[in-house]
Amino acid sequence: MATSTVSKPPRVRTGKQGSTIFLKTLMAVTGVIFVLYVIAHMYGNLYKLFDGHAAFNEYSEHLRTIGEPMLPRHGLLTIIEVVLGISVVLHVYSAVVLWKRAKAARPQRYAVKKSIARSFSSRWMRWGGAFLLLFVIWHLLEFTNPKINVGDGGNGAAIKHDPYMLVVHSFNVWWLTLIYVLAMIALGMHLRHGIWSAAQTLGFTSTVRARTIANIVAVVVALVVAVGFVIPPLAIAFGGIK
Amino acid sequence: MNLTLKIWRQSGPDAQGELVTYPVNDVSEDMSFLEMLDVLNEDLTAKDEEPVAFDSDCREGICGMCSLMINGEAHGPEVTTTCQLHMRSFSDGETITIEPWRAQAFPLVKDLIVDRSAFDRIIQAGGYISVKTGAAVEANNLQVQKHKADRAFDTATCIGCGACVAACPNASGMLFLGAKITHLGELPQGQAERDSRVVKMINQHDAEDFGGCQNLGECSAACPKEIPLNVISQLNRDFIKAKS
Ligand code: HEM
Ligand code: SF4
Ligand code: FES
Repeated sequence: MATSTVSKPPRVRTGKQGSTIFLKTLMAVTGVIFVLYVIAHMYGNLYKLFDGHAAFNEYSEHLRTIGEPMLPRHGLLTIIEVVLGISVVLHVYSAVVLWKRAKAARPQRYAVKKSIARSFSSRWMRWGGAFLLLFVIWHLLEFTNPKINVGDGGNGAAIKHDPYMLVVHSFNVWWLTLIYVLAMIALGMHLRHGIWSAAQTLGFTSTVRARTIANIVAVVVALVVAVGFVIPPLAIAFGGIK
Repeated sequence: MNLTLKIWRQSGPDAQGELVTYPVNDVSEDMSFLEMLDVLNEDLTAKDEEPVAFDSDCREGICGMCSLMINGEAHGPEVTTTCQLHMRSFSDGETITIEPWRAQAFPLVKDLIVDRSAFDRIIQAGGYISVKTGAAVEANNLQVQKHKADRAFDTATCIGCGACVAACPNASGMLFLGAKITHLGELPQGQAERDSRVVKMINQHDAEDFGGCQNLGECSAACPKEIPLNVISQLNRDFIKAKS
């Protein structure tokens, strides 16, 4: 153990809730909620978009009526939106606090520093996460509550209430498709490190075997989600769906 | 072999530091890295210059006193301590950059020496078991399952060198913490204080200005004792379960 020549005075202690591990746990739990949602969302896209105009719009309408009459119209969706909304706030809050803490923990950087073990994906968690946040906002403004219309050919009002046409018109615009492809690469990378990291943060990887499994699951889910999400936009962009 | 060293020189905690270049010639491959620095220091002393201040003690890889960021790797390119690193790991003509551990929690004392007593304070906060003194009990009275004893032993090899913190992009001390938590948590004597220990140690860790863990694995790759990443999972699990 290192002995000291100069000593810092003992510090005031923070509570359990202020600790870095608590923040990490918050990030991991909200991250898992996102992962579950994202898988369901991807499945929904793939499941109906290829079945054509009527089937997709019917599915879109169905999402709004699930649980009726127990729940009001749009009830389930509202619940999901609230849970996701709170999760985003907590996830981003923890990310920002931990980012700041990390910066303060090493005020002077090394002149030479090698990275030996970290994955490529892990380098992009923070900036990639910020990009995902912007993307999510854009995505909501475009499809959930259309404020931005891309590629509507002047009949924006008409297709606002026609989810299928809204989607198809949008992805006929090349730069929009490009944004989505980039975002899904970012998402895949975020999940590659995030799922492994969440398993570790939640304490599921206390053996070598469990660690290996967590890493494999992270890679598989990341690939499935990223590929699953880019199929519909690419299919539209390259004329598979009209 | 002949080498060019770029060494961080800083006369005191608040002084302005810089990398200074020193040529060293006729270095034997069989020297340890610290012996090579000893040679440089003899040279500097003979020339009436201030020798380079660096930490060392046992020089046999067991005390954790030596440090140094060597060409961007904690304790240099081999999985060992700097005192056990030999010059054969480098090649003739190489330029070697030597920097101190960099972390807010390890304030610089002089040149390559940093103050690692933050680790001591983490141990003081909870890294112990309380025992009544008196005649020692018969050791075999207390049975420990083999796999638990093994894991406690493996994690007890942590020498508190701080390489994990130095290598971590967030300057986090979680590998050190995880090693201590796992070591004491696997043994029957460690159970009574298990909950309070993890909370107290983590709070002290945070209060010392170490960063949070991102599960990147740089710590474990740099650890001379090969403490595995799963001790951090164990630490998190103990923390989440802790009642206090
Ligand atoms: C809304 C914008 C987002 C931001 C700013 C953001 C940022 C971050 C950051 C900085 C981390 C910490 C990485 C680390 O500690 O290594 C993280 C972790 C994580 N994120 Fe995100 N993220 C966002 C969205 C998402 C989304 C959409 C998902 C899932 C679909 C997600 C899933 C995860 C998971 C599972 C973790 C791992 C938690 C852990 O490290 O224990 N995040 N995020
Ligand atoms: S965990 Fe490894 S690197 Fe960290 S202090 Fe202990 S021995 Fe050194
Ligand atoms: S001097 Fe003791 S471990 Fe290197």
